[in-house]
Amino acid sequence: MHDDPAVSIEHVSKAFGRGATAVHVLHDVSVTIGRREFFTLLGPSGCGKTTLLRLIAGFETADSGLIRIDGADVTDAPPFRRPVNTVFQNYALFPHMTVEQNVGFALEEQGLPRDQIRRRAGEALEMVRMQSFAQRRPAELSGGQQQRVALARALAPRPKVLLLDEPLSALDLKLRKEMQIELKQLQSEAGITFIFVTHDQEEALTLSDRVAVMQSGRILQMGPPRSIYEAPTHRFVADFIGDINLIEGEALASGGIRLPGGATLPGPAAAPGRVTLAVRPERAKIVPAGSGVIDATLVHSAFLGTAMLHKLTLPDGASFLIREADLSAPMPERGGTVGLSLPVEALQVLQA
Amino acid sequence: MTSSATVRRGLLLLPALAIILLLIGLPLGLMGWVSLLQKGGSSGVDWSAPPSIGNYLRLVWEEDFDGTMILNPTYLVIFLRSVAQAAVTTFLCLCLGLPVALWMAGLSKTGRNVMLLLITIPFWTNLLVRNYAWLIILREDGWTARAVNAVWPFGPVQLLYNDVAVAIGLTYSFLPFMILPLYSVFEKFDWRLIEAAHDLGATRRRALKRVVLPLVMPGIVAGSLLVFIPCLGAFVTPALLGGGKTAMLGNVIQAQFGSARNWPFGAAVSVVLLAIMLVVMTAMALWRNRRAAA
Amino acid sequence: MNLRRFPATREVSIAVLAFLYIPVVVLTAYSFNANRTATVWTHASFDWYARILTNPSIQAATWNSIVLATAASIAATGIALMAALATRRAFPGRSTTESVLNLPLILPEIVVAVATLLLFVSLGISLGLGAMILAHTAFCIPFAYLPIRARLDGLSGSYEEAAQDLYANRFRTFRRVTMPLLWPGVMAGFTLAFVTSLDDFLTSFFLSGPGTTTLPVYIFSAIRAGITPEINAISTVMLLISILLVSLSFFLGRLRR
Repeated sequence: MHDDPAVSIEHVSKAFGRGATAVHVLHDVSVTIGRREFFTLLGPSGCGKTTLLRLIAGFETADSGLIRIDGADVTDAPPFRRPVNTVFQNYALFPHMTVEQNVGFALEEQGLPRDQIRRRAGEALEMVRMQSFAQRRPAELSGGQQQRVALARALAPRPKVLLLDEPLSALDLKLRKEMQIELKQLQSEAGITFIFVTHDQEEALTLSDRVAVMQSGRILQMGPPRSIYEAPTHRFVADFIGDINLIEGEALASGGIRLPGGATLPGPAAAPGRVTLAVRPERAKIVPAGSGVIDATLVHSAFLGTAMLHKLTLPDGASFLIREADLSAPMPERGGTVGLSLPVEALQVLQA
Repeated sequence: MTSSATVRRGLLLLPALAIILLLIGLPLGLMGWVSLLQKGGSSGVDWSAPPSIGNYLRLVWEEDFDGTMILNPTYLVIFLRSVAQAAVTTFLCLCLGLPVALWMAGLSKTGRNVMLLLITIPFWTNLLVRNYAWLIILREDGWTARAVNAVWPFGPVQLLYNDVAVAIGLTYSFLPFMILPLYSVFEKFDWRLIEAAHDLGATRRRALKRVVLPLVMPGIVAGSLLVFIPCLGAFVTPALLGGGKTAMLGNVIQAQFGSARNWPFGAAVSVVLLAIMLVVMTAMALWRNRRAAA
Repeated sequence: MNLRRFPATREVSIAVLAFLYIPVVVLTAYSFNANRTATVWTHASFDWYARILTNPSIQAATWNSIVLATAASIAATGIALMAALATRRAFPGRSTTESVLNLPLILPEIVVAVATLLLFVSLGISLGLGAMILAHTAFCIPFAYLPIRARLDGLSGSYEEAAQDLYANRFRTFRRVTMPLLWPGVMAGFTLAFVTSLDDFLTSFFLSGPGTTTLPVYIFSAIRAGITPEINAISTVMLLISILLVSLSFFLGRLRR
């Protein structure tokens, strides 16, 4: 995959403004995105994910670094000379053109003959099941329909890479779920690279082959959704994706980690000093007091339908969540002391 | 990339800036210079005259037969009348414009658009023609004059060719300039603030005074400026509705560039008009800055 | 209790509308009065309209006004369109540039008119249609600029990005996307510039040379000579043209984006 990437970004930096007022939005970012990959840039607003996408599209120019698409250096190429197309957040469908004219726009710019434009625009609309709306204007369509037309318009010129800038954020929850499935299907049918920008961690985990989590202009962690979820390397990543418990401990020179309350765990390995451990709520278990690694106080229990959620307080005062999927497990008493069992392989040592 | 964008911007702006600077900026500069010269020759200006402030002195003093300078109130009176007319008109426009703008803001969207169009139309129609319409209404043998004279106990009155007629004409001409900025403030006004004021015990009148008025002050200032400045330089209204005794600064300028043919003196009057305008606008800007800083 | 309704505002508003429109109605009514003395109403007639159609001085003045307004508003709209595109995005000095562009709106017209007269005479530029077209173009620029800028400000930049993303270069993007979307603003600006030039009296009054009277200048000198029914008729025509054009630009400005 890395020998022949669809997009490669090498040491790209970008700042808006100059001098003392400059805002640095990207710091030395490098990513390689493979062919037919569904790659997601995930992060909160202002993390630089949209700027990175706009640099790939050509709407912004990098201050330094190199951008290659399909092997060709496009760092300084204008958007109309890049073999990528964008699905905009607000769709940006041309209001003065019909759906068909919108979808055929790029084909006309490429100088295709009229009958071929019609045929290929029709095919693209068929892909998103919008062929019966060809003669409508964008203003006459619902949000979901506009979304499909925007997709068809970006796919019609058969780009090497499709860029999607939070394309689902304007849709309601139900429609968003439907479109997620459709996007995934479209990507495998069209067989092209998707670069997807979102701040919705669930969406990122569901859709992607690989996710890059960004914060303050840097990529903190990059990998398949499962490893991002199960083995976050940074406190920010752990916190941003799903529910997580953080335990402040101390790594000992002799190996092992001392937990609050004094108990010591044999692993995981860490450099001596203060460490933060992360564990997902479903990976910890409640056991009778004294038989776990730490004792904690049960503050509150709630029934979630498919699981029980227990809230505990650790000896150092930090709170800790446990999701117990086994509803037949014995119900501990509220206010009582319980034991906490933490499998070493579920613990993750975090960088700050 | 950045520099080519700058060049492109410069090229796009060039014609507009060149036309405005050459046809408005340059003439105003030239006028300032001419106001220091003397009249003469066929073109109206003696270009070789040594520059002096004589034209400005002539606004206030004139040379008597024996060479002493005596006060000449002619232009001072015109100057004061212009300022007074502009002030009265601004006040009248404010009194009429405030209720209209308030009422418009409370209408439905369609109602507001219709009113906006109705207020905008006079703004764009021919000033001359609209003042001429008042000439018809107020003239000596017209219905209005007869009706007024039928009930007026102190002998026949003349409706036309006096300061009142000019004030009516000016108010009529510039009322939209007041209503539109006031309306744009009221349209954005958060009416829940009045609810809050009522909730805190303010009566309707007190709420208007303590909540609405301070918040719409920028609109009042903008509207007053838009009425005051063109009033000061009005020519058509005093020329049509005022008689010879109600001349304003605009009429003096026109006379000096026309029949009297003393261009340098006309230029001096124009400079004075610009100076008053500048003073008023600077005062407004200072007020706005102080308000922004507070 | 409706908080938005203040006592008496409705009554004052109706009175103000009457104040604004009664003179227009009176003028229009008199233009249809058959009686020459204009004070006594005899019966309705189109005589005065027929008469202005055949009056050669009015015909010449009308022609001059149309040529002047067309030339000045086309030039001003083109120039204002370029300026609006240039000032679309922030740059150092943008607010100063905007103030300069809007200068004709704040300055008293009579001062600018006599100053222009002074400049033209001292440069030896002969007065007449050419001089008037130059001066009108200058003061029409802000009237064309403001609606175009308003339209541009309401136009999301992502349409143009989308066009470039779909392989249209700068020029093609302007032609296929920017211009069609901007068109209502350009037309509104052109209409307002046209009306402003057509209605202008002061600048034309000082810059019209012998033989190039415009309609407002003709009306002014005719009023000075005495009120006649012909003036009523021609004034009514001018009012109607302005009202029609301004309504048109109003609807263009409100056209769906």
